[in-house]
Amino acid sequence: MTLSRDDISDRLAAVGYIADRDIATALWLMDYLKRPLLLEGEAGVGKTEVAKALAAVHGAELIRLQCYEGLDQNAALYEWNYQRQLLAIKTREGIGEDAEAIEEHIFSERYLLERPLLAAIRREKPPVLLVDEVDRADEEFEAFLLELLSDFQISIPEFGTVKAISIPRVMLTSNGTRELSDALRRRCLYHYVDFPDVEREARIILTRTPGIDTALTSQIARMVAAVRKEDLRKVPGVAETLDWAATLAGLEVHDLRQEPEAVHETMICLIKTREDRSRVTREVTDRLLGKVA
Amino acid sequence: MAVAAISASEDGIGAAMRRRLAGFSRSLRDNGFKVGLAETRDALAILALPPAARPSSLKPALRSLFCANHSDWERFDDIFDAFWLRRGLRQARTVSGSAAETRIPPRPLPAAGTPTGTPGLPGHVERHSDGHGTGDGRGKREGASRVENLAAVDLRHIVDPADIARANALAECLARVMRARLVRREQVRRRGRRLDLRRTIHRNVSHGGTPVDLAWRRRKIKPLRLIVMLDTSGSMSLYTAFFVHFLHGIVGAFREAEAFVFHTRLAHVSAPLRDRDLARAVDRLALMAQGIGGGTRIGGSLATFNRWHARRVINSRTAVMIVSDGYDTGAPELLGDEMRRLRRRCRRIIWLNPLIGWRDYSPQARGMRAALPYIDLFAPAHNLESLAALEPYLARL
Repeated sequence: MTLSRDDISDRLAAVGYIADRDIATALWLMDYLKRPLLLEGEAGVGKTEVAKALAAVHGAELIRLQCYEGLDQNAALYEWNYQRQLLAIKTREGIGEDAEAIEEHIFSERYLLERPLLAAIRREKPPVLLVDEVDRADEEFEAFLLELLSDFQISIPEFGTVKAISIPRVMLTSNGTRELSDALRRRCLYHYVDFPDVEREARIILTRTPGIDTALTSQIARMVAAVRKEDLRKVPGVAETLDWAATLAGLEVHDLRQEPEAVHETMICLIKTREDRSRVTREVTDRLLGKVA
Repeated sequence: MAVAAISASEDGIGAAMRRRLAGFSRSLRDNGFKVGLAETRDALAILALPPAARPSSLKPALRSLFCANHSDWERFDDIFDAFWLRRGLRQARTVSGSAAETRIPPRPLPAAGTPTGTPGLPGHVERHSDGHGTGDGRGKREGASRVENLAAVDLRHIVDPADIARANALAECLARVMRARLVRREQVRRRGRRLDLRRTIHRNVSHGGTPVDLAWRRRKIKPLRLIVMLDTSGSMSLYTAFFVHFLHGIVGAFREAEAFVFHTRLAHVSAPLRDRDLARAVDRLALMAQGIGGGTRIGGSLATFNRWHARRVINSRTAVMIVSDGYDTGAPELLGDEMRRLRRRCRRIIWLNPLIGWRDYSPQARGMRAALPYIDLFAPAHNLESLAALEPYLARL
């Protein structure tokens, strides 16, 4: 079932994802061309959220593979259940089965532990496979992933080849800590996720923070946008904005201008390094507040 | 508007439309996009669909399809608008000139010249010997043509073009040898201490599961990543040409290496250096490396590096090698600060200073003194021997 672009954009809104204009097109194209989608952008702009929203749109399961340095195929693909295998060897030996039969038995489906990649191709209903922070895995893994994404089959030496029952919708995210290979980029559609603009961020705060008033959300969104323009080492992401909004709501702040003290003190929600902290002084927050309010 | 033309041809794409799309792909390619046949075919499929009738959805669709990275992403809208909305014609060409000036698509020549080989670029050799009017007398030593002796001669004093060529070839070799030794040592070390359960069980089924024959897991050691920053300012000019060759060797030999040059500002030069054709690589680099003569801003260049490049190119096994004489026209405090930042990110900082090879040298330059506390290895780099001496150090990292 392929949804049209407008359907996707309607459903995104229905599941509570405040989308930027073009993401619906990218998601539609992903279905239409059956290609994975590569999302890039600064940390904290909400790349992972897109995958969650896509899963919700299609009512599909979200299978997530978090990449890290040293991720290998065992952790990503499958593993054998060693404890059960050992147990089975012992018991079957007891009843006098021969080695070959035992081997046949312990390398069967029952002893196979699915890891995300294998799980993703063995579902009846196509799931959404999120390969998160693919830039953290090493090149070898990337090459392996590329192979999987083009064939959608996995060969397990003891077991045989597993063909995909359904083709998952694949989404990859990257923070750009390492340059990805051209081959992987060519294989994927591309979408650059930027920080949301003020209006969109205000809507995000509004949907995610229960009981916050509209005037405050737009003040917060404008303030965060101003903070992002400062020369910071770690630019606050959407998650930080939401933390801050929740904090302010919890402190029952209704107007940022009225309570500059509270604003300055709660800046720790947005500013996460000591260096940035020393840069964003009381004067700076006051100046920003002056511009925003 | 051309958009109207798009909607008019939505059912079954006419030949005219195909041609326009081919033109668009071509102008993207001119702008350094990597557009293949598969993308063009998919684009045709998209054009045949109802959403393509609306430019508001056609543009994002084609953008997702054709872009492969952030720089593509940022330039796409301009190229798209130029091609589709201004009646196409040749405007896209003008865009390609202005928007893509930073990106020269590398077109490697098939088998032009020997890759590692003799650097046979006359212009380069000339430039090198030109700089040595004064050193002429003592530069040409008797044994200088023999490779072993060549290694000990200060690079400033090598003036004979043939010797220069040999010195450069040696530098390339050296860079490659450093890599080769690193790999071998890694393999010797590859004796892991963890059991590989999967293999052990598989091997011991015939023993009734009793682990008789154990399989060990080997620790995989990631190769060292080397980042070289070369000072190409006026004060380094006697050594620049030589180190450019050294850079080329390093980038070609290390799987993970990045090269930067700086004088008043920093330039990322890995891409031009990856050109297997040495002469052309050196040529392209020479253009980028030309100091403008505004002094050296080491601190400022490092700041640029820390802010824009470090996150992408530095990992936990990264050594940063700075090749500079330490004469900084910027504030020494800035250099100190940026060195401290850099130190926190990478595994080792190696500072190669050709002046150390000079008699009675002590690091008096203010910038150099500000940087010293953060340097792990402060070593000479005035001849080939001194570079070779680095190899065991790098191998231990």
